[in-house]
Amino acid sequence: MSIVEQIKDKFKDKVDVFVKSKRRVYVTTASREDGKEVVRYLFKELGIRMAIASGLDTRPGVEILYHMTADRDNMIVTVKVLVKKPELKMLTFTDFMPAANWIEREIHELLGVDFIGHPNLETLLLPDDWEAGVFPLRKKSFESEKEGIEREYR
Amino acid sequence: MGKQHIIPIGPFHPLLEEPEFFKFYVEGEKVVDADVRIGYNHRGIEKLAEAKTWEQDIFLVERICGICSTSHPFAFVQAAEDVSDIEVPERAKYIRTIIGELERVHSHLLWVGLAGHFIGYNTVFMWAWKYREPVLDMFEIISGNRNHYAMFKVGGVRRDITEDQSSQLLKVLDEAEKFTKMITKAVLDDPVLHARLKGIGVLKKQDAIDLCVVGPTARPSGVAIDVRKDHPYAAYDRVPWEMIVMEEGDVFAKAAVRLLETIESVKIIRGCLKDMPKGPIDAEVREVGVGEGIGHHEAPRGEVFHYVRANGTNYPERHKIRAPSYMNVPSFKKTVIGESLADAALITASVDPCYCCTERMAVVDPDSDRVLMTGEDLIKLSQKKTEELRSRKCF
Amino acid sequence: MKRLFKWGLKKSPWVFHLGASACNNCDIEILDVLTPKFDVERFGVVLVGSPRHADVLVVSGIVNRQSIERFKRVYDQTPSPKLVVAIGSCACSANMFRDSYNFVRPLDEIIPVDVYVPGCPPKPEAIIAGVVKAIGKIK
Repeated sequence: MSIVEQIKDKFKDKVDVFVKSKRRVYVTTASREDGKEVVRYLFKELGIRMAIASGLDTRPGVEILYHMTADRDNMIVTVKVLVKKPELKMLTFTDFMPAANWIEREIHELLGVDFIGHPNLETLLLPDDWEAGVFPLRKKSFESEKEGIEREYR
Repeated sequence: MGKQHIIPIGPFHPLLEEPEFFKFYVEGEKVVDADVRIGYNHRGIEKLAEAKTWEQDIFLVERICGICSTSHPFAFVQAAEDVSDIEVPERAKYIRTIIGELERVHSHLLWVGLAGHFIGYNTVFMWAWKYREPVLDMFEIISGNRNHYAMFKVGGVRRDITEDQSSQLLKVLDEAEKFTKMITKAVLDDPVLHARLKGIGVLKKQDAIDLCVVGPTARPSGVAIDVRKDHPYAAYDRVPWEMIVMEEGDVFAKAAVRLLETIESVKIIRGCLKDMPKGPIDAEVREVGVGEGIGHHEAPRGEVFHYVRANGTNYPERHKIRAPSYMNVPSFKKTVIGESLADAALITASVDPCYCCTERMAVVDPDSDRVLMTGEDLIKLSQKKTEELRSRKCF
Repeated sequence: MKRLFKWGLKKSPWVFHLGASACNNCDIEILDVLTPKFDVERFGVVLVGSPRHADVLVVSGIVNRQSIERFKRVYDQTPSPKLVVAIGSCACSANMFRDSYNFVRPLDEIIPVDVYVPGCPPKPEAIIAGVVKAIGKIK
C-alpha cells in the first residue's frame, strides 16, 4: 500500500488528504490530537523523517505544518494542524520525537504558541531581553500590536 | 563527587561574558554536560523575506551562510517552482548541478583545513585552503564573484557556462581531485590519525534517526539518506555517482565521508560537463502563482529545506527556511558527553556548524558558571593530544 | 616615545577579528588572507586572539541586539593607538538587513570606524588594501 493509502486506511475521515502531485501530499487534520497521532504514525511506524515544522500566522489561528520527508518513496507529506486563537495551545511532540525540541521553542517565541509538555520552552533565537508579548512572525495586519521596537542605546 | 577546577590556560577572552555558543561542563578531564546556545546570529531573515519580492528573496537567502551560499537559493527556487509545477530547461538543470557540486568541493576542502588546524596539522590547513583558491577563482570566472554567486533564478539560471570555462573547470577539477585523493589516502593510512579520531564522538544510529539529523552527520552513522538520491532533482539522476555511507559514526567516519564525497562531486561535475545539452537556460517565468511549494537540496552540511506559501502577489506570504545545521547541532550534545576535553573541539567541528560558531566555545565550572577555558585553549589542548599520540607511536 | 610606537605599529600590525552576526563570508575571506596565495604573514600582519594585543580591529557582520554591548567592550579594551576597519557591506551599512527587527544601528554609530571596505564579500586584495590604508592613517 502506498503511504497515502496507508494514511487514509488508518485515519479514515479524521484527515483530509490532498495529493498535489506524486511527490507532494498535504494532510489536514481536524484536531491537534489527530495531528499528533498522524505524525506519530508517520514517524514511529512508517519510519518517515521529519524535515522541519513551519508555523504561520493566519486569521483564525496559527497553522503548524509538519513536513515529513519520505526518503524511500521520493515524497514529502505535510501534516497541517490549526492551533486556534486566542488560546494558542498545542501538544508537544518531543515525547516521541526528540527532533521537535528546537522548532517548538522557535515557534513558541516567534509566534506565541504554547506547547504543553515541552521540557524547556525558553528562548532560542531572540535575545534574553526581548519584550514579552511581541511575536515577530505574527502578521501586523491581524492584530494591533505595538509597532516597532524602539530602545535608545547610548 | 570530586569536582576539580581546571587551571585556566591563556588569557581571559573578554568576549566570553556573552552567552557562549558551545558550553562544556567538566569534572576533571571529562565533559559531563554540554549546552549549545544559538541566537547571536539571528537576523530575522524569515520576516524580511515577506517584505521582499521573489527575486529579491534569492539574494537575501544567499547571505544566510557564506560557505554554503548557493544551497539556499537552490532550495528556494525549487520551492517557488513547486507552487505551480514550473518546468526548468534541461541545460539549466545541468548548470545548477555543476554549481551545487562545485560548492560542495570548496566547502569540504574548507572543513578539511579547519579539522586539520584543530588536530594540529597546520600544513593541512594551509594546503586545503590553497587548493580551494582555484575553485573560488573558477566561481569568479563563471559568475563574477568568489562567493555569493547569484546564479539562480526562478525558472532557470542567470548565467551560462561557456566552452572555454568548461575546459578551465576540468583542469581545476583535476588539481582538486589529486589533492583530495592524496589527503584521503594520508588520513586513511595514518596510524596517529586513527588513534586520534577513531571511536571519538560516536553518534549512534538510533540517536541519528530520533534527532532527524541529515547529511554528513547522518551518513557516517549508517543512516543512508541523501536528497540527491532519494528525491532526485536537477541533473543528479542523469550522471553516475555513489552515496557514501559508513557505520561507525565517529569523527574518523565523518572525515572520511566528507573526503570521499568530494571525489564523488568531481565525478558528477565531469559527467555534467560531458552530457550538458545545448538550449535555453531560463524558462522566463512571469509569476509564481498561488499555493504552497517545497524545495530541498543536499547542501554540503545536509538537507536544506525551504517552504513557501504564495498568494498571487509579488511577495511570499510565508517563507520558512531550515538550514541543515539546525537539525545537526543538537546532536553534538549526545556525542560530546563522556568524552575528554581534548576532544571536545574536534567533536564540535565534526558536526560542521558554521565556522564562526565553532570559534565560540568555552569550558564552564558547573557550580559558579565561571568560564575556565576559551575556545582557543580547547584547540591548543586538542593539538597537544595529537603531539603526544605521535610521539608515543614513534617509539 | 609616541614616534617609536607609531614606527612599531607600521612595521607589524596585529589584527583582531571581531565578528558579529555575519554570514561568515567576510570572516572566511579574512582567514583567506593568511593562506599561501595572499600570505600576509610575510608583511608582519598577524591575526591575534585577544583585543588586548591588537592594533587593528577588523569588524564584519551587522550589529544585532545581542552584540552591541560586546562591541563597545571590546573597543574599550583595545589599547590605543587603535584603528577600526569595517569589512563588508554589512559592517559598512547593514546591507539588506537594515529593516530587520533584530538590527539596532549601523556600526559607525556605535564605535568610530577609520576605514570602510565595501563588498559582499570584499576580495582578499581589498581587505589587505583596507588594512594598509588604515595603517597609513597613523602617519
